[in-house]
Amino acid sequence: MASRIRIRAQLKDDYCEVKALMRHPMETGMRKDQSGAAIPANFIEDVQVLHNDVVVVQAYWGAAVSANPFLGVRFKGGAQGDVVKVVWRDNQGDSGSGETTIR
Amino acid sequence: MHKGFIRGISAVLIGLWSAMLFSETDGVFDEYRAMLGDDNPAIFVIFDGEEIWFTPAGPKSASLEQCDLGLGPGVVEGAYAQLPRYFADVDRVQDVEARLEHCMTQLQGLTPAEVHGKPYSLRGDLGTELEALVAWIADQSSGLAIAPMQAHAKERATYELGERLFYYRAGPHDFSCATCHEQAGRRIRLQTLPNLTTHQGAAEAYSSWPAYRISQGIVRTMGWRMRDCMRQQRMPELIMGSEATVALQTYLAVNGAGAPMAAPGLKR
Amino acid sequence: MQLLAFILFSTAVYADEAYNVLLDSMKDKNFVTVERLEQDELQEFCSQPRSASVDQARAAKLREAALKGVLIPKDERYLGDWQLGEKVASNGRGLQYSDDPEQENGGNCYACHQLDPKEVAYGNLGPSLSGYGARGQSAAMLQYTWTKLWNTHAYNVCSHMPRFGAAGILTEKQLQDVMAFLFDPNSPVNRSQP
Repeated sequence: MASRIRIRAQLKDDYCEVKALMRHPMETGMRKDQSGAAIPANFIEDVQVLHNDVVVVQAYWGAAVSANPFLGVRFKGGAQGDVVKVVWRDNQGDSGSGETTIR
Repeated sequence: MHKGFIRGISAVLIGLWSAMLFSETDGVFDEYRAMLGDDNPAIFVIFDGEEIWFTPAGPKSASLEQCDLGLGPGVVEGAYAQLPRYFADVDRVQDVEARLEHCMTQLQGLTPAEVHGKPYSLRGDLGTELEALVAWIADQSSGLAIAPMQAHAKERATYELGERLFYYRAGPHDFSCATCHEQAGRRIRLQTLPNLTTHQGAAEAYSSWPAYRISQGIVRTMGWRMRDCMRQQRMPELIMGSEATVALQTYLAVNGAGAPMAAPGLKR
Repeated sequence: MQLLAFILFSTAVYADEAYNVLLDSMKDKNFVTVERLEQDELQEFCSQPRSASVDQARAAKLREAALKGVLIPKDERYLGDWQLGEKVASNGRGLQYSDDPEQENGGNCYACHQLDPKEVAYGNLGPSLSGYGARGQSAAMLQYTWTKLWNTHAYNVCSHMPRFGAAGILTEKQLQDVMAFLFDPNSPVNRSQP
């Protein structure tokens, strides 16, 4: 149950709809803990959605995106069985990815 | 610029902004919900719940496929909308969580202690099996009218009990459910409070739980919501599936009967 | 007379039933015990819809008892430090099983009331208290406000407001600070423009 990304990819009419739920604290760096010290910034900076290893969506995020981001994108040209992958990288150098096949 | 003029303009602007904020306190959130459309991160939790239902577990290595939620063993579609209801095999009125506890102990051989051990997620958790199951079961009633059974004498008595509990003031703060939920147009800080004594308020509340709680990143059930209200009322811990929680949920469901279920909902 | 007895008995029976159900349905958690489920006379009397008719004679007796129980600070020193009072008003913690019993309780005034007009996150379960200090600091005004905070039922039986003094939610010092937050001309309650 501890996967960092859950993905679903469905064909609808003439496009493929991808929904992904990422587990990430998306810390802005502005919050302070009980002792008054700032909680270090820890947020996703870079997101890519790949279709059969080709980047179809490239996103640049920042501290304004809330924790556990829910991403929804649509792209043309997908077919059933194709592989869709979502990859993210955060400001601390950590990364996560997940993949699924288009239904 | 003249100080008074600046003050005046500031007052008007802040007044307008506050009015926008408060005219429909959930207005900004409604916009957000509209943007999401049918999307709801709960979809992933629903998948989990369905998987769990069909997966053998417990000492008896059985799945929940034979679990009777009121419409016959294994019939899940439409079941949530008719809960809470009377079950002859236990001679009591049960909500979805009490019923799942029954099935988990009877079919799967889990002990009550195991079922009650950790039904709800704690801060930072990624969701429990119960939350996933309830999310899926509720989704199987999405769009159907709330129609808790009220034919059996015990079902009606449960409603009456729920109403009395609703007004029961206790604890150091003298809070009852009614303290917050008896009047229209109220909010606590900036959180609007539905009037649960009316059809509209009760329907709003009952149809939208279980819900994906954005601030927590997980699905929360109505049973959890009741427990957490009690905690904030300075009461002790409400036991999952207990008579009191079933009665209060019955009170809500009957008051909201007729409105369509829209769960899992999406909440802040 | 018999009908009255029957109605009173039924109400008592219903109250008992609710209590027993709650006892079976709840369990102790951390420092919060099921002892809290036991109602005192006031709570029992007030466990009904706002629209329900009230036994005025009993209400009067409860009001009197509430008034009598109010503890006035020594030398009638009602006013403390408004800056501390502001913290008490903003603090929503205390007495929940998730709270630290070592920490002081808050009054959570903003949950229900508007206070500092610049603070937009306020509830409306109670009336706005912005500009409260405009009423002045006469002995009567100070005493009235103190009494209201200590035990609101001294004036308004079955009000939804907690009994901050009588129930021991806030200490005398905290109440003095909250009084200052309400009355002090320098307090944001009185000084801020919206």
